[in-house]
Amino acid sequence: MSPDEFPSSAETVVVGAGIVGNSVAYHLAELGREDILLLDKGPLPDPGGSTGHASNFIMPVDHSKEMTHLTQESVRQYADMDTFTNSGGIEVARSDAQMAELERRVQSATAWDEPGELLTVEEVEEFVPYIETDVIKGGFYSPGGGVCDPLRAGEVMRARADAEADLTISANTEVLDLHVESGEIRAVETDRGTCRSDEVVVAAGIWSPKIASMAGVEVPLTPAVHQLISVGPIEYFEGFEGEISHPVVRDMDTRMYERPSGNDLEVGSYQHRPILWDVEDIMSIDEAPLSPTQPPLTQEAFMKSNEDALELMPELLDDPDAGIRYEIDGLLSVTPDGMPLVGPFQDVDGLWSCAAIWIKEAPAFGKHLAEWMVEGRPETDLHGANVNRFYEYGTSREFVKNRAHEGYQKIYGIVHPAEQWQSSRPLRTTGFHHQQEELGARFFEAAGWERAQWFESNEDLLDRYAEGIEPFERPHEWDSRWWSPIVLGEHLHMREKVAMVGDMGFTVFDLVGPGATEYAEKMAVGRMDVDVGKSVYTPILDENAGFRSDLSIVRTGENSYRVITGGGMGGADKQWFKQHLPVDGSVQLVDQTSALCTLGVWGPDARNVLESVAEEDVSHEAFPPYTAREITVGEVDAWALRISYVGERGWELYAPMEKGGRLWNTIEEAGAEYDIRPVGMGVYGTTGRMEKGYRLYGHELELDYTPAEAGLTFHGVKEADFIGKEAYAEAIEEENAATLCTLSVDDHAPEGGERRFMLGNEPILTPAGEPIDDAKGRRSYVTSAGTGPSVGAHLLMGYLPPKYAEEGQQLQVEYFGQRYPVTVEIVGSRPAFDPENERIRS
Amino acid sequence: MVLALVEHDGGVPAEASLESLTLARGLAAEDGELAAVAFDTDGSGPGEGGGGSSGEGGPADGDGLADDLAAYGVTELDRVTHDRLDRYAPEAWAASVSQLVDELAPEAVVAPGTDRGHEVLAGVAARQSLPLAANCVAVAPGEPGEPYELERQRWGGSLIEHARLDAGTKLLTVSPHEVAAEPTERADVTVRSFAPSLDDSQFRVRVSRVEESDEEGVPLGEARVVVGGGRGVGSAEDYAILEELADLLEGTVGASRAAVNEGWRPHDDQVGLTGTKIAPDLYVACGISGAVQHMVGCKGAKNILAINTDPEAAIIQKAEYAVIGDLHEVVPAITEAVREAE
Amino acid sequence: METLACVKRVPDTGASIPLTDDERGIDTSTLGFTVSPHEECAVEEAVQQVEAHGGATTVLTLGPEVATEQLQTAVAREADKAVLLETDGSEWHPAATAKAIAAAVRAKSEDGAGFDLLLFGNEAADTEDHQVAVRVAHELDLPYVTAIKELDIENGTAVARREVSGGSEVYELDLPAVVAVKEGINSPRYPSMRSRMQAKKQPIERIEPERSDGDGGGLETIRLEAPAAGGGEAEILGEGPAAAPRVVDVLDDMGVL
Repeated sequence: MSPDEFPSSAETVVVGAGIVGNSVAYHLAELGREDILLLDKGPLPDPGGSTGHASNFIMPVDHSKEMTHLTQESVRQYADMDTFTNSGGIEVARSDAQMAELERRVQSATAWDEPGELLTVEEVEEFVPYIETDVIKGGFYSPGGGVCDPLRAGEVMRARADAEADLTISANTEVLDLHVESGEIRAVETDRGTCRSDEVVVAAGIWSPKIASMAGVEVPLTPAVHQLISVGPIEYFEGFEGEISHPVVRDMDTRMYERPSGNDLEVGSYQHRPILWDVEDIMSIDEAPLSPTQPPLTQEAFMKSNEDALELMPELLDDPDAGIRYEIDGLLSVTPDGMPLVGPFQDVDGLWSCAAIWIKEAPAFGKHLAEWMVEGRPETDLHGANVNRFYEYGTSREFVKNRAHEGYQKIYGIVHPAEQWQSSRPLRTTGFHHQQEELGARFFEAAGWERAQWFESNEDLLDRYAEGIEPFERPHEWDSRWWSPIVLGEHLHMREKVAMVGDMGFTVFDLVGPGATEYAEKMAVGRMDVDVGKSVYTPILDENAGFRSDLSIVRTGENSYRVITGGGMGGADKQWFKQHLPVDGSVQLVDQTSALCTLGVWGPDARNVLESVAEEDVSHEAFPPYTAREITVGEVDAWALRISYVGERGWELYAPMEKGGRLWNTIEEAGAEYDIRPVGMGVYGTTGRMEKGYRLYGHELELDYTPAEAGLTFHGVKEADFIGKEAYAEAIEEENAATLCTLSVDDHAPEGGERRFMLGNEPILTPAGEPIDDAKGRRSYVTSAGTGPSVGAHLLMGYLPPKYAEEGQQLQVEYFGQRYPVTVEIVGSRPAFDPENERIRS
Repeated sequence: MVLALVEHDGGVPAEASLESLTLARGLAAEDGELAAVAFDTDGSGPGEGGGGSSGEGGPADGDGLADDLAAYGVTELDRVTHDRLDRYAPEAWAASVSQLVDELAPEAVVAPGTDRGHEVLAGVAARQSLPLAANCVAVAPGEPGEPYELERQRWGGSLIEHARLDAGTKLLTVSPHEVAAEPTERADVTVRSFAPSLDDSQFRVRVSRVEESDEEGVPLGEARVVVGGGRGVGSAEDYAILEELADLLEGTVGASRAAVNEGWRPHDDQVGLTGTKIAPDLYVACGISGAVQHMVGCKGAKNILAINTDPEAAIIQKAEYAVIGDLHEVVPAITEAVREAE
Repeated sequence: METLACVKRVPDTGASIPLTDDERGIDTSTLGFTVSPHEECAVEEAVQQVEAHGGATTVLTLGPEVATEQLQTAVAREADKAVLLETDGSEWHPAATAKAIAAAVRAKSEDGAGFDLLLFGNEAADTEDHQVAVRVAHELDLPYVTAIKELDIENGTAVARREVSGGSEVYELDLPAVVAVKEGINSPRYPSMRSRMQAKKQPIERIEPERSDGDGGGLETIRLEAPAAGGGEAEILGEGPAAAPRVVDVLDDMGVL
């Protein structure tokens, strides 16, 4: 680690030597990158970014499986470097609502295989004798919690990287430009010289947007203030040694924490009004009295936090000798959805992002990004953190600021799984938006698209289908938040008559060129050399046969295919396809997302409706299922695909965006005779899907499970080569360590009282109430939950090991501290409703 | 004429005074009249040197002082004599200089930017209702009676202010160590005695006595020398070598947060934002990387000497001096060398 | 004993200071504000003397409305009362500042609430004029001493120590007196969370000071600039134990041997 001459070239350049950059460099060295340049504009070991002022405590249990597992992996790494102190952590509740949230925390702890339990007030006091017990109602104890030392960890990682590879560390080196040629990264220009490199990682924390912009790409994050003070010396702590003597306390209701540090107590807050910074306004290292990321505390914003902390821990904080020794507006990165920004930038080959990462998960992200770079894929599913997820809609400064402002207030908050963003809306609307709005649509948002979840205009269906709906009314406010029984009415109406579903928010792109078939074969598990007009629903795998995506590919011509995928993952899917385009230019990728709007017409009367307005013959014989063709609907030329995600007869009609409104009106008028109803995504995404057992990417489908386990082996193993073929073939041969099953809830109120309805991510337990782990150590949990009104059950999906993957098997699910009996209805992908798919094929 | 206040120790002019004389000489170039004012004060300072407020070693040997000042171009030496001026008295000095100003009507009065120089000239400024430009580093004289354009230090030297000083008599102090003291062609010095008119009120405050330093048991925040140890020290036992050096320099041992968290030192020893803020003349930082929170605690130090194995460490950016090496070898070597020197 | 501590609101800056476009001031848009370390010590000394001898501490500043932040910080550090000589925020020269402070002090003593001990920082962090304390003393005809690193009050007399090479000069001043102190005289306490909250509720006395621009003015800022060879890395004295002799030379030059 000598301060070498600045190198003129390197295999990999990592920009930023905070905990993230150090971790990336270390893991790259571990995985065999031999010539790495790690640089930072600041000095070492603390170059002045967010790593230098973090409170450094780690609470492993998150409601997100991905984040919990990444934190567990990070704790393992910190401990391995002897930079972790296991103090435990306690989240305390001051309110009943928060106590319920802590029950949900236990639920998540069990689901993600991390210890955790509820504490009474007295038990909290035993751990934290200085807490004011009158203020709290109880706590959640996380024995795995603790504090780390990321600056020290950085030193260890650099030393280890240096032992593994030729690591050049260049501190006090400012990046001036990134050189990009023909869409590929070529060099990093700094004030110490220019280093040629084909692989560059932007791990510059709050400065990442500035660095990335030098290559013409965007990192949608904004610096935001997290207020932090340190109070000491506190006499109580004098009798204890070391960095931390008692568990970290999170005061969830006030969105604060109190963490002992030596004989100080660090008090941090997220409750103050969001204070966002422009990256350009951040002080330079020389200008900052403390560091660029530690501007002075905005006192007025902290007053309420001050008061709340005194209320919770007066014994410590009123120590007559203790004062506020340190107080900052600590700057950290906030993204539009609170998740990190990791992975390859789709517009510049060789340029990677690893940003907006908290101390608690940084070592793991470093590891998985390194895997992604070296091996082509991360070992853990990082779809929620993919840097491309805001691509082409959510990277503007205004959007990032609005969402960060809104999202900041959710930190430590009780966030419902279906909670909707309110800011920067509507952002993406289609030709139907106006009509839907008039029908009282309740819009949810996905990837910026406004999508109707249900329609208030359908309220009359509640009476009409009262019998089917009543058993599934949700009396508890939490269960019914962001939900309406109208969804069930719409569902039943669609099954009986006909529905029109607008704006599914698909990402659509065409693959065109002489190499299209060969290329499509390489990308997809399903056979692509099919008749023109044929649609194939197929998994997209990585080399390890883990799920990248599931989507539909339609052959639209001899040398052209159309890819249709969910909007939420559209950016990442497009990046994956782009990344694998043939280098000879024989295939072009043409994005159609913003050019086309989509209208689904589904239900027993769908053909009657379409027939009456289509110029072409749309009979079953003339227009068979799983095919596509151009038709004319009224005045509108549309590309029609006979497919249904809700298990009904019908079509998806793709029309030019500007004719969407006309298409809607035409179908609506033609359907009036059949009482056609607009139906929302509540049916499309949940009730219809669950009844049909359709898997959803990010829920059932993720890198941790194989297609065989997901029950998606209907393609077999085709002749042509495709990505992940070998592993996929093996997986099909192997006995599944777990199989995706559909379960039904037997009793919604086993102890009496209000009937409760699970929403997903709950642990599945044995009849004896024990968690279930499969042979690969993966824990069983509810991947999706939703009511199936046509099958008369609240349905759950989840992976179960062979021992429990038996139809008729009785199990339990934990939900808010209660256990509910459930039964395995289906093992594999057979639909619960219309198992032979007769409706789609009719 | 330009009048320069000269502090001396038994007739030997202080370095800071020679520096300010050098600057004053430039201002006097117009008419060549450079007068010096010195007090025949019988202090009994324990020694000469730093801080500028030298003690005095007895009545100035006027001839010796005049001789020394002649080498700096002084043409007139005004020796202030008064039977009660045997010891420094802020108001009496200010009143005396103020009276000289009345008598000589100099274009400027220049003093060294020492505690005493500032105090005296501020007193003169108050008495004369004149502005005072402190901590000058360069001054360009104008025509007689015209403003001076000057440069002076502000913000602890982080900024230079270019300013215009417009006054009948310009009062200036000169920042120490910024202008090199340079002798010039010897001048003929006229020595004259100046007897100020002083009464009791000007002797309300004076040096009552001078005490030897006694740094024993000085709290960390008030110590003049602090020897600090960080994670690089490695163990509680290894602090012994730091203690030895600290004792030798009549200083105190401090520690970084990392070292305190390791349990090597008590919390009271912690230097930094969440510990004690120190303001010594010298801070020896041993095996301390220089985390921001630590550096804030020692930014009051006049000098930092860093001893660290890593030449890229943050502490090196902030220190005045550094030794690259293992503190376990370097510190004992310094201790030994200091002993030999003493 | 009634003590007064005078402070000045200044930007909290790092090693390099951003300037406004006209280079005549500091660009404070991203900076916080504070008072000089000397003044923090003046407040602490005022509070400690009151703790030892009884009475009350008043903290005073001349500055704009936002300077109440610095007064509140002083109150959170156990000062009892706060006085704001409210200005429009433009810089007052030291003589005008001193006159305004002296007028306020005079008005207080006419009200029968005179001060026994008037404490100042040795110099303000920004202008470093080194003169306001002395000018105030002159206006009020009080004894004064500056650059003080130790202060004891004994029977109505202030015993003040100034550091000189190898020891200290001891001054004795009959109260009331003006004393300008230097950082290191004490370790200023940190505000407690409780006192910080109470300080927000502390009423602040506001006085509109009279600005006397004439006398003592005449020093006008043309522009500010960063010094040419600013800071940079340390002078490396050598590697390993071999560096010891050079270290000794440097220590000798510093006068710490």
